[in-house]
Amino acid sequence: MALLEIKDLHATVGDREILKGIDLTVNAGEVHAIMGPNGSGKSTLAQVLAGRELYTVTGGQVTYDGKNLLELSPEDRARAGIFLAFQYPVEIPGVSNMYFLKAALNTVRKAQGQEELDAFDFLTLVRDKMTLMGMDQTLLNRPVNTGFSGGEKKRNEIFQMAVLEPRLAVLDETDSGLDIDALKLVAHGVNTLRSPDRAMVLVTHYQRLLDYIVPDFVHVLSGGRIVKSGGKDLALQLEKEGYAGLGIADDEEAA
Amino acid sequence: MSAVAEQTGQWLEEFTKQAAVAPWMQQLREDAFQRFAELGFPTTHDEEWRFTNVAPIARAKFGNVSPVACVLDALAMAESSVAEAYLGKLASFRDNAFVALNTAFLLNVVVIQVPRGATVEKPIRIGYAGIDGAHLAPRTLIVVGADAHCTIVESYSGTGSYFINAVTEIVAGDRAVVDHYKVQREGNTAFHISTTHAQLGRSTNFSTHSISLGGALVRNDVNVVMSEGTEATVNGLYIVNGTQHIDNHTSIDHAKPHGTSHELYKGILDDKSSAVFNGRIIVRKDAQKTDSKQTNKNLVLSDDAVIDTKPELQILADDVRCTHGATIGQLDAEALFYLQSRGIGKQQARSLLTYAFAQDVIDRIQVPDLRDQLEKVLFEKFHEHAR
Repeated sequence: MALLEIKDLHATVGDREILKGIDLTVNAGEVHAIMGPNGSGKSTLAQVLAGRELYTVTGGQVTYDGKNLLELSPEDRARAGIFLAFQYPVEIPGVSNMYFLKAALNTVRKAQGQEELDAFDFLTLVRDKMTLMGMDQTLLNRPVNTGFSGGEKKRNEIFQMAVLEPRLAVLDETDSGLDIDALKLVAHGVNTLRSPDRAMVLVTHYQRLLDYIVPDFVHVLSGGRIVKSGGKDLALQLEKEGYAGLGIADDEEAA
Repeated sequence: MSAVAEQTGQWLEEFTKQAAVAPWMQQLREDAFQRFAELGFPTTHDEEWRFTNVAPIARAKFGNVSPVACVLDALAMAESSVAEAYLGKLASFRDNAFVALNTAFLLNVVVIQVPRGATVEKPIRIGYAGIDGAHLAPRTLIVVGADAHCTIVESYSGTGSYFINAVTEIVAGDRAVVDHYKVQREGNTAFHISTTHAQLGRSTNFSTHSISLGGALVRNDVNVVMSEGTEATVNGLYIVNGTQHIDNHTSIDHAKPHGTSHELYKGILDDKSSAVFNGRIIVRKDAQKTDSKQTNKNLVLSDDAVIDTKPELQILADDVRCTHGATIGQLDAEALFYLQSRGIGKQQARSLLTYAFAQDVIDRIQVPDLRDQLEKVLFEKFHEHAR
């Protein structure tokens, strides 16, 4: 059984239809890259999977682990093992990173029938993961994403993913705005998390990320539909010929 | 009988029933009562009371009860000569009916005197408790000598329907460092009116924090008069729900040059509650090089809550820096989704964000047990009301 199965998914924001019939099957252990020009609906797909209320699903089905994903609240999706790495991680002044992450981890653990971690065990766990992401430990005591640089925010997302150990990780343009060193760190973190029972969906505009995180499948999204699927070579072809080479115009519509 | 006479009539009866005090205090009482009888309770036609209708207080009948303060960790209570020297000379009852009413019922004044150069390590704590059916007029006088350091925590609480009409006067000598906290956790059906008046010396460092959590109808006036080089922090936090109404009026008077004032008031409103913030900053002609910043931020959690916020700047000097800003907002939908996307339930996410909104005011509280206690109260409060 596929971990994630999307069938003919349609979604709108306001009156505008952005997803116009997405079909995608993701099995455990696979890494899928979803590429596409600006406005193709990539980020919308990522947000719809995480349950963002801004978007209305108007048709189709999404099955996750045999369950109807669309019926679940965002928090229940997270508790069931779905993780979205945000394109724009949100700053939350007044809530410390540590408090936030401990609350998140313990709710997820509780939902999955695991024991909640006390402060000591939690700290031991996060210290390892911070080292993995080359993160300064003082970031734990700072408010969530507040005053973080762009690179720190993206690393913080992957760090959270490392702590929460999701079954399905959706990374929304995690490479955008990163310099090459930060990109390598993020890729290293992601690669460490690759495992036979974990699936990943990488949403990206550029091929660059895929030099470091090699996908099993590449899909090209355009105009709210997947117009082409293939192996990792498809990304290289895109890099060489551009979206225009596939007959796809950029900026078809804003998403 | 005129409306004013009708309202003040029952107070006259209580006034005449009072126990005798020293002649100077008796005189002060009488002057104040006379002024109260002239002024009567304010109405919403008075600009200062436009959004706060005190008719429920004027209509109600309370029996006067002399307040019994519980004072902890205080130095020896001051001699009565100190009270005589300052009472009635700081918080004026000329224009404020409630200050007049408080002064008319002077008894058991709490006087705290910190001698010149002294440092009081532990916070001086003063607690007042409301009693069902009672009118209480707590009066606190704090006289801090030059170069002295102290921290004062005033707290108000109670159960039932009662009317607390408090006046606190603070005089701080030159270079004194004074941190003042007023925490109001009145019962849900109580009326709480208060005036805090601080007269600050040269290069004094003063902070006052007004935390308002309870009461059906609450009005806090905070008046700060600055001298040369005075630094003042005037902070406040108000959290209301149900049909609570709270009105915060502050006035910071830069009377002399080189003064710095920072004001931050934050409010959280839920249900059908309402709040008023009116922040007056006066920079007098001589007060050059004044640096003043005022911020009022409000978090509105329901569709029915109402906030009126108004800065009132009277700037007569030309070489000054004065900024002010007010915001009214709701919980950030993106932040809510972010927390939920990590598994945190919607209710918990809401209470976490609400709590976070108040965090910077709480962080500035320098009395650890007070801060901890407040954190706990707030956390429970938001948990209860998060939807």
